[in-house]
Amino acid sequence: MPKLDLNRVEMPRQDPKERAKNFNEVALGYSDEQAEYEANRCIQCPKRPCVSGCPVNVDIPEFIKAIRDNDMPEAVRILKSKNALPGICGRVCPQETQCEEVCTLAKRDAPIAIGRLERYVADWERENQPSMETKAPDTPEPTGKRVAVVGSGPAGLTAAAELAKMGHSVTIFEALHIGGGVLMYGIPEFRLPKEIVQAEVDYVKSLGVELVLDAVIGKIDTVDELLDSGYDAVFLGTGAGLPMFMNIPGENLCGIYSANEFLTRTNLMKAYLFPKYDTPISAGKRVAVIGGGNVAMDSARCALRLGAEEVYIIYRRSEAEMPARREEVENAMEEGIIFRFLTNPVEFIGNEQGWVTSMKCIEMELGEPDDSGRRRPIPREGSEFIIDIDTVVVALGTTPNPLIASTTEGLDTTRRGTVVADEETGKTNKAGVWAGGDIVTGAATVISAMGAGKRAAADIDKYLRSQ
Amino acid sequence: MVIRIDEKGERIPLTIADWDREEGTVTIVVMAVGTTTHRLAQLETGDSISDFIGPLGLPTHIDNFGTVVCVAGGFAVATIMPIARSMREKGNHVISIMGARNKDLIFWEDELRNVSDELIVTTDDGTYGRKGLVTEPLKEILDSDQKIDRVIAIGPSVMMMACSRTTEPYGVKTIVSLNPIMVDGTGMCGCCRVSVGGETKFACVDGPDFDGHQVDWDLLFSRQRSYLEQEKTSFEDWKRQHGF
Ligand SMILES: Cc1cc2nc3c(=O)[nH]c(=O)nc-3n(C[C@H](O)[C@H](O)[C@H](O)COP(=O)(O)OP(=O)(O)OC[C@H]3O[C@@H](n4cnc5c(N)ncnc54)[C@H](O)[C@@H]3O)c2cc1C
Ligand SMILES: Cc1cc2nc3c(=O)[nH]c(=O)nc-3n(C[C@H](O)[C@H](O)[C@H](O)COP(=O)(O)OP(=O)(O)OC[C@H]3O[C@@H](n4cnc5c(N)ncnc54)[C@H](O)[C@@H]3O)c2cc1C
Ligand code: FES
Repeated sequence: MPKLDLNRVEMPRQDPKERAKNFNEVALGYSDEQAEYEANRCIQCPKRPCVSGCPVNVDIPEFIKAIRDNDMPEAVRILKSKNALPGICGRVCPQETQCEEVCTLAKRDAPIAIGRLERYVADWERENQPSMETKAPDTPEPTGKRVAVVGSGPAGLTAAAELAKMGHSVTIFEALHIGGGVLMYGIPEFRLPKEIVQAEVDYVKSLGVELVLDAVIGKIDTVDELLDSGYDAVFLGTGAGLPMFMNIPGENLCGIYSANEFLTRTNLMKAYLFPKYDTPISAGKRVAVIGGGNVAMDSARCALRLGAEEVYIIYRRSEAEMPARREEVENAMEEGIIFRFLTNPVEFIGNEQGWVTSMKCIEMELGEPDDSGRRRPIPREGSEFIIDIDTVVVALGTTPNPLIASTTEGLDTTRRGTVVADEETGKTNKAGVWAGGDIVTGAATVISAMGAGKRAAADIDKYLRSQ
Repeated sequence: MVIRIDEKGERIPLTIADWDREEGTVTIVVMAVGTTTHRLAQLETGDSISDFIGPLGLPTHIDNFGTVVCVAGGFAVATIMPIARSMREKGNHVISIMGARNKDLIFWEDELRNVSDELIVTTDDGTYGRKGLVTEPLKEILDSDQKIDRVIAIGPSVMMMACSRTTEPYGVKTIVSLNPIMVDGTGMCGCCRVSVGGETKFACVDGPDFDGHQVDWDLLFSRQRSYLEQEKTSFEDWKRQHGF
């Protein structure tokens, strides 16, 4: 047996001081040599734990072997047969809790950098196989069935692509002026370049899918109207787009944003290029971001790049409980974001003009584990203190926008506003309607949304063919 | 509805003033105040914009209330016209009041007259119609022996606040159409939040119509002023580039 190599190849990144001032991608990607070295570390163990760690079961050892054999087209083929969006997943999946967590080498603290290799393969494809002919598979036999997909996030895009490949005629309705969902309006350019997302949207369109933008379903047409107007099935992939606030005093002061607004202004409307792009943003000098997930990290790092001098992450539990991707927490720390753990805001204080000027916080301590399995934070009586800030971003999570549920006759939802759908098939209680992604699970991950889109497409296909 | 002129443009909310289902057209009336609205004003027949999203929000609640007073300030004549029309079709007695700063800013007078039982026109400087603010005739109507069942007031925020303050002592339900800053217009960002009766509401989905007696007006005013600096920069830039 060859000796184990525990030297995981680091990702080359922009220098923290530099990158904190620009919106260019932080992680630069492996060079050919780095990718080859990392691929060679894989021991190709017969148990293949990584494959079951992957929510869509990519044949990981096989694509790594193809890199090793320097057969890149084959690596692309293997990867894309299970995951249509590797360029995105390689960048944003929480690998440390999925494939890499269960890697045999993880026991020795040096799991194969599967995500980085995935990205390497996807980037190679983008640079070397640009033509559509290698991408778009043979045109399938048209079935004459029509499917409406609502929402163009990862769930909707995946479902649409799968259904189109099966020969159905697919139309995506998207509320915003651009396709891609959170990948476009939420996740910042420096983590996921918009060019890559656009390429994936274009790929889906190249399969014959029609993308109708500026189309808010529930307003221009309801789901029932879609079904009545000739669509044989509807897939709901509208995500969890409703921001949660804390309901504490002062929360409507100027300078207090939901993360959705802050990120939409920054990423979708390109406020960082103001006034060339006409949407303004006011990221002040001292910014507090409330929350500990990916959304909080992205907001904090955007604020820094918009020119803030001090950016705080205020999180009510401790570092260990933070749900954000590990790599992004490290990046944020390197860039100089200040973390205040076990801290929770109780009130925002403003000036005469109605702008926020400071924030009263309370210290927390961890008690018994709650429903989520994480230890419940409890306020420490009398520990209040004030932090001076001029901008606040509330990144406490999102729930589904009630628009679809409230305008769709007889669609079952939960108390949290999520749509009830079968986990395996995405089928809802309403005939002809499927759902998947964040609208079903609440805010989750890109890969789980894709998985749901794919499973629903398979079930919709079965349904359409049985008719 | 929300529009965006082009790739670099801002998304701004506007009101659908009229529509023609057969022609497939909607009418909007825009007051040129800053960059986006000036750019709209410069468009010629046949020009296009990249995005039109809507209709959004909740439509105005129309019912047979009895006697309804519709008050419009400035460009909101266009917004009030279809409301007055629908109210009248529902059998209400409709009294409309429209006010502008001066004679040059008066428009759609006949359109509004045609859908109202009575019409009162005011200008701040007295160059046309009655001199004074819309709240004066409104108060007179409330003081008269007519029973007023509902007031709809649409226009600049200060004017809507003044109307609400005028009607409050009389206990007449007053509906205003709030105009906070918006981005998506679909309930996704919370930029448009307003406080009504002590509760936070998203004007783009829960409104824009609210009970004027319950609105926290100071909050609305301060939030509307959030980007004054940047709006000025943007507009100055635009003017320089377009030789104004
Ligand atoms: C800032 C941020 C960072 C994140 N970082 C990560 C990460 O690093 N890794 C990771 O795995 N996950 C991350 N996530 C989570 C991930 O992005 C989501 O779980 C995923 O995008 C959900 O996909 P979806 O297709 O269900 O919904 P979405 O991506 O939310 O897409 C839904 C689409 O539907 C549209 N829509 C909504 N309502 C309507 C309607 N009525 N009519 C028409 N269209 C409508 C929306 O405009 C949107 O485009 C992050 C999320 C955010 C907000
Ligand atoms: C529900 C609603 C309906 C409206 N209907 C009409 C209408 O029918 N006709 C009309 O002329 N105007 C209408 N407005 C106002 C219109 O949206 C603003 O005048 C416009 O956004 C100004 O943009 P600007 O770039 O020209 O000016 P700017 O210089 O950018 O702004 C001037 C002022 O307009 C307001 N404003 C700026 N950006 C926005 C925004 N994104 N959303 C809302 N307000 C903003 C601010 O208070 C600002 O101080 C409506 C507003 C709302 C909320
Ligand atoms: S404008 Fe974004 S939620 Fe209303």
